[in-house]
Amino acid sequence: MSSHSIQIRINGRVHQATVESRLLLSDFLRDEAGYTGVHVGCEHGVCGACTVIVDGQAVRSCLMLAVQADGCSITTVEGLAAADGTLHPVQQALRDTHGLQCGFCTPGIVMTLAALREAQAAPSEERMLAALSGHLCRCTGYQGIRRAVRQLAGTPAESAHE
Amino acid sequence: MNDAQHPPQAGRYIGQRVERKEDARLLTGRGVYVDDVSLPGMLHVAFVRSPIARGRIRSLDASPALALPGVYAVYTAQDLARFKIDMLSFFLAAPAVQITPLASGRVAYVGDPVALVIAQNRYIAEDAAGLVQVDYEEETPVVGIDAAREGALVHPDSDSNIAVAMGEEHDEAIEALLAQAPHVVSTTVHHQRVAQSPIETRGVVVAKHGEGELTVYLACQSPQMAARYIAQAFGLPPTGIRVISKDVGGSFGLKVQPWREEIAVIAAGLIFGRPLKWIEDRLENLTASNQARDQQMRIRAAFDNEGRMLAAHSDYDLDNGAYPHGADCNIAVSMFLWAAYKMPQFNFYTKGWFTNTVGLAAYRGPWAMESLARETLLDIAARQIGIDPIEIRRRNLVYKADQPRTTPFGIPLEDITPAECLELLLQKFDVAAFRAEQAQARKQGRYLGLGFAAYIEPTAGSAGISVLASDVAQIRIEPTGKVSAVLSTHSQGHGTQTTMAQVIAETLGVPLADVSVHEDDSSRGGFGAGASGSRQAVAGGGASIKAAELLRDKLRRVAAHLLETDAQRVRIENGRILVDGEPEKSRSLREIAEVAYGEPERLPEGMEAGLEAQYRYRPPPLTLSSAAHLCVVDVSADTGFVKILRWISSEDCGVMINPAVVEGQIAGGLAQAIGTVLLEHVSFDARGNPTAVTYKDYMLPAISDVPDFEYHHLCTPSQSVGGFRGVGEGGCIVGPPTLVNAIADALSPFGAIPLDLPLTPSKLLEVIEGRSMAPRPAESAPVPVPSAPVPSAAPAPVLEAPPVIATQTRIDGIWKLVLATPIGPQKFNGNFVTDGDKVSGTLDSDMGSQAFSGVVEGNRLRWDLKVTKPVSVTLKYDVLIEGDKLSGKVKMGIFGNAKLTGERG
Repeated sequence: MSSHSIQIRINGRVHQATVESRLLLSDFLRDEAGYTGVHVGCEHGVCGACTVIVDGQAVRSCLMLAVQADGCSITTVEGLAAADGTLHPVQQALRDTHGLQCGFCTPGIVMTLAALREAQAAPSEERMLAALSGHLCRCTGYQGIRRAVRQLAGTPAESAHE
Repeated sequence: MNDAQHPPQAGRYIGQRVERKEDARLLTGRGVYVDDVSLPGMLHVAFVRSPIARGRIRSLDASPALALPGVYAVYTAQDLARFKIDMLSFFLAAPAVQITPLASGRVAYVGDPVALVIAQNRYIAEDAAGLVQVDYEEETPVVGIDAAREGALVHPDSDSNIAVAMGEEHDEAIEALLAQAPHVVSTTVHHQRVAQSPIETRGVVVAKHGEGELTVYLACQSPQMAARYIAQAFGLPPTGIRVISKDVGGSFGLKVQPWREEIAVIAAGLIFGRPLKWIEDRLENLTASNQARDQQMRIRAAFDNEGRMLAAHSDYDLDNGAYPHGADCNIAVSMFLWAAYKMPQFNFYTKGWFTNTVGLAAYRGPWAMESLARETLLDIAARQIGIDPIEIRRRNLVYKADQPRTTPFGIPLEDITPAECLELLLQKFDVAAFRAEQAQARKQGRYLGLGFAAYIEPTAGSAGISVLASDVAQIRIEPTGKVSAVLSTHSQGHGTQTTMAQVIAETLGVPLADVSVHEDDSSRGGFGAGASGSRQAVAGGGASIKAAELLRDKLRRVAAHLLETDAQRVRIENGRILVDGEPEKSRSLREIAEVAYGEPERLPEGMEAGLEAQYRYRPPPLTLSSAAHLCVVDVSADTGFVKILRWISSEDCGVMINPAVVEGQIAGGLAQAIGTVLLEHVSFDARGNPTAVTYKDYMLPAISDVPDFEYHHLCTPSQSVGGFRGVGEGGCIVGPPTLVNAIADALSPFGAIPLDLPLTPSKLLEVIEGRSMAPRPAESAPVPVPSAPVPSAAPAPVLEAPPVIATQTRIDGIWKLVLATPIGPQKFNGNFVTDGDKVSGTLDSDMGSQAFSGVVEGNRLRWDLKVTKPVSVTLKYDVLIEGDKLSGKVKMGIFGNAKLTGERG
């Protein structure tokens, strides 16, 4: 088993480690770096719970090896809120709209929406919903998540029937 | 678009959409799920699992695995045998067939755990699991209910593949009514097997502390229930076991009890001594976690010319797999099939079958088949009789004016409102306008459909199931003046840290921010079953109100004494003590609490120090919720793809604690219903290999599959303290028939749709195009498996009257008896004394002793026994003794027949 020395900036802090080539980035972030907000739901890239931002892109950390992230800058859900505890707008929107129940899929959803806002100041409702079609939530029926997206997009809350 | 009809007693907190206390940690990645727990010296577990569905383990060689650096141990069933573990059911009853945590000699499904590996990390543990050499003698598996009827015995030591059976296959009276009726409607519904699929899989971390003390971190539905289960399974004192479960990533019935893998890891932890962790991966979750549904029902129902119900018979089969959480014939399906309707007479026959597939577990609304089968039948009946589907429901549903009444199963109906929910729904949707739009659309080749369903749901049942009887709230006002509550509730997303705090803050008169709820550690409080059967608002909410009232009354007495006034004049508002007419006497809670804890000599004479209260609340025997839903679909005639355009829920869950949480529960259930009807399918090939083992094949609904739901609330207070009703499961029960009926309505120009879930595009295209879309036969042809000789399943022995054989048989003495009941096998002893053609004696169990007397004909004994718990019923015993064996049946009133077996003690 080959080992590699890697250096990754995570939530602004530089981590150095020696890892086996087969170590998943998700396992590295959780077990070696201690960012347990990275949740592993399927380990085959479908559920989206393990999504983190790697150099500005939303990435499924279960589909990337830790060695591939050598030299990258990564943000996890722990790194989004301000130092004084003020929630990121995406976190605040989900909180306002009851957008989560068990919270297991939530970090991935937060990171996908946060990555969209990093790339584009005001992504449209359609753009955000399309990105979220790659995330599985088993609790909420996506109702609060969709309300959060509308809040972020500035769409009136009660745009449906009546 | 959310409105509440007559919101009763909306309070400062009860009834408010307050934000959840849990969300601050969950949104920032600071939750603590089981996989987030890491202990010093902790090692990791991976399982060696059976690649075949049925066979004998000839040999197992762990030496290649043990030679791998980083591997500490490999354990098999023999290593764990020292614990003599019983895999109990949720009701803490012994299993119907022997279930060991690891396969013992035989494997019974693909994924059956055969051995476990302990290693330095999960990567090495999985490498090592692949190196364990197991030699199997493969046998032809029993896959599916039809195979179970004819195939080999799934459990060779049993006498039948029927796990449990109840009811009557043939009822003369019902048959006569069906024969005479103007209209008889007959349907058969197939419900596929589904996986609960919480996004967090199962997992456990176990840490042994010396002898007799154990900490278990567990993904579960109740740390209290899990601690009790583990204590009983291992025969350990419950005080030595501490189960911690802070955050759980969904469960939906799967984690209601620890099962084989979790128990195996705990056993391994007891043997090995170091902390161990096992986190199920998704492949294991979709193949080896117990699954749900997999059932079929045939109903025949008779109607008069106006569409009024006359009589019905239902015949229901359920696939239990090999090792169900509790061998089950799902009696609740039959109990609630007609409960909301004025069905004068019905009977049923219900069977649970063993097969060589992974076992059955609960899933949100485990009895949901009753609503699917009934509500789809009603639409077919309406078409057949020529009346509107709304009208057939109006003519048969139980309205408020029809109550009180009792269902044929003896369930009292006092305040159900399915009909009123339907009427509210019809106020919110213009059916006539839709029909005009539908007709217009059809001319343009667009197929729109409208579906309805109504139902009632049993919630917070507390009678007859001892583990669900009560919940406890322990509340204290701390010396700081803040409020801590330790409850037997538990959240896997339910938000009980918020809703229970709302109830407590409201009752005590303190700010919501000052109340902290703790429910994550079995060692902190008393027993309760946590999340199960939609009970937490009712049982936990009631306990919280009662305990908070006790504490409020004490606080008022203390304050009155210290402030030299009358307790009647003391109020608590927003965390302050106020005295009517004397504003200068206002005090903070902290000032009073500091005296109560620190200067008890200043309290009224004889009063206990501190400000603490506890109440164990037993809710009413059953609290019923009601709902009616509708949805509108657009089915593409080109692709068979179903698009849901609109979905309206009209429900009555009594007083709502937090409408946002209520709607979240409904929505989650509805999304699961959509998955059930359109997407999800746990499938097997003929050899019993699971064929949907990733989320690419087992398809969960995504955000693009689920529409915006609209909610309307009737709020009829229940009889429980607080007036709450459960709402956790309803969407998953009423959702499937609502959607199936809408699809059937859309495609009615083409003919009837198959009642065979999931309704995939290819199945719907068969209806639209009138030709088969089945895969080419070569793909699904069963492959013969060389089979070891095994005994064949005996045909349903349960309901045959025992033949009378006139030989002299020794009857007198002690017999060890086992009765197969809907909540698992019940063991007791019979002491028989014969005197000519009379027999008398006692039936003795841990619960007590009951005397009986009856008659003897040769070796056949018959007697009646009246019982009052859990329900009042006369049990009619009819048994046959042959040598040292006893077999027969017990007719349990409306519950039908149960099988009795025994041997001389």
